[in-house]
Amino acid sequence: MTHIPLEHVLFLSCILFSIGFIGVISRKNTLFMLMSLEVMLNAVGVAFIGAGSAWQQADGQVMFILILTLAAAEVAVGLALFIRMQRRYHSLDIDQLNEMRG
Amino acid sequence: MLANFLSIESLFYLAGLIAVIASLKVVTGKNTVHALLYLVVSLLAVAVCFYLMGAPFAAGLEVIVYAGAILVLFVFAVMMFGLTTDETKYAPQNKGLSFWVGPIILAMSLLTELLWVIDNAELQQQLTANVVTSKQVGMLLYGPYLLAVEIASFLLLAGLLAGYHYAKPDGRGTHL
Repeated sequence: MTHIPLEHVLFLSCILFSIGFIGVISRKNTLFMLMSLEVMLNAVGVAFIGAGSAWQQADGQVMFILILTLAAAEVAVGLALFIRMQRRYHSLDIDQLNEMRG
Repeated sequence: MLANFLSIESLFYLAGLIAVIASLKVVTGKNTVHALLYLVVSLLAVAVCFYLMGAPFAAGLEVIVYAGAILVLFVFAVMMFGLTTDETKYAPQNKGLSFWVGPIILAMSLLTELLWVIDNAELQQQLTANVVTSKQVGMLLYGPYLLAVEIASFLLLAGLLAGYHYAKPDGRGTHL
């Protein structure tokens, strides 16, 4: 059992996740949206590590490593898409993409 | 008195507070590079949180992979965007060192916190009592989670191919 209560770890995780979520839905610059997504993934990692250390199991860290690979792949694809978007629209504004009517 | 005040819990709360402040600065920032620097500070603060929670392996991975690799990717992409067109109008032109103050204060408090924990024998004893070692993580990764590791490698390969494909220039025969 660690010295840090699990509730407080989950509280920190919730705060970080909310900050990232607000950033994703309120920013218009896609680069800032990607950074806010990083903050959100990081918050999920905090929750996993906290739970893993509360029960003294290594599963939390395993899930954190999987989240890390997911974040790496996501950032690679996202930044490549933004480079393409910058080349085509000369802007990173998400509203520029509204011609893709889906 | 000071030793009672600076227990593992309060150090954890301090690191969490730094992470929250830096994340807020990331989300509300105007300048992309400044926001990236605050994102580095936020990730380092979360790494200190991991270390205090008894997961030094995850803390090292966080620093190496997130703050080291992913953020460098961000910085290179920001350079490729050529932000002279749409971001420099937000940048303060001649503010001197004033915009360094925030990240320096946050990073320095993280550093002193980490040095305090490493230097303090009693805190070290408390920390090492309940650490989840990297050996356990490795045993799980190549045991019950082997399929997940394989799927993660597929995901990384897909990310590599997609990154190459999308960032490729349109013209034939040209390379990046």
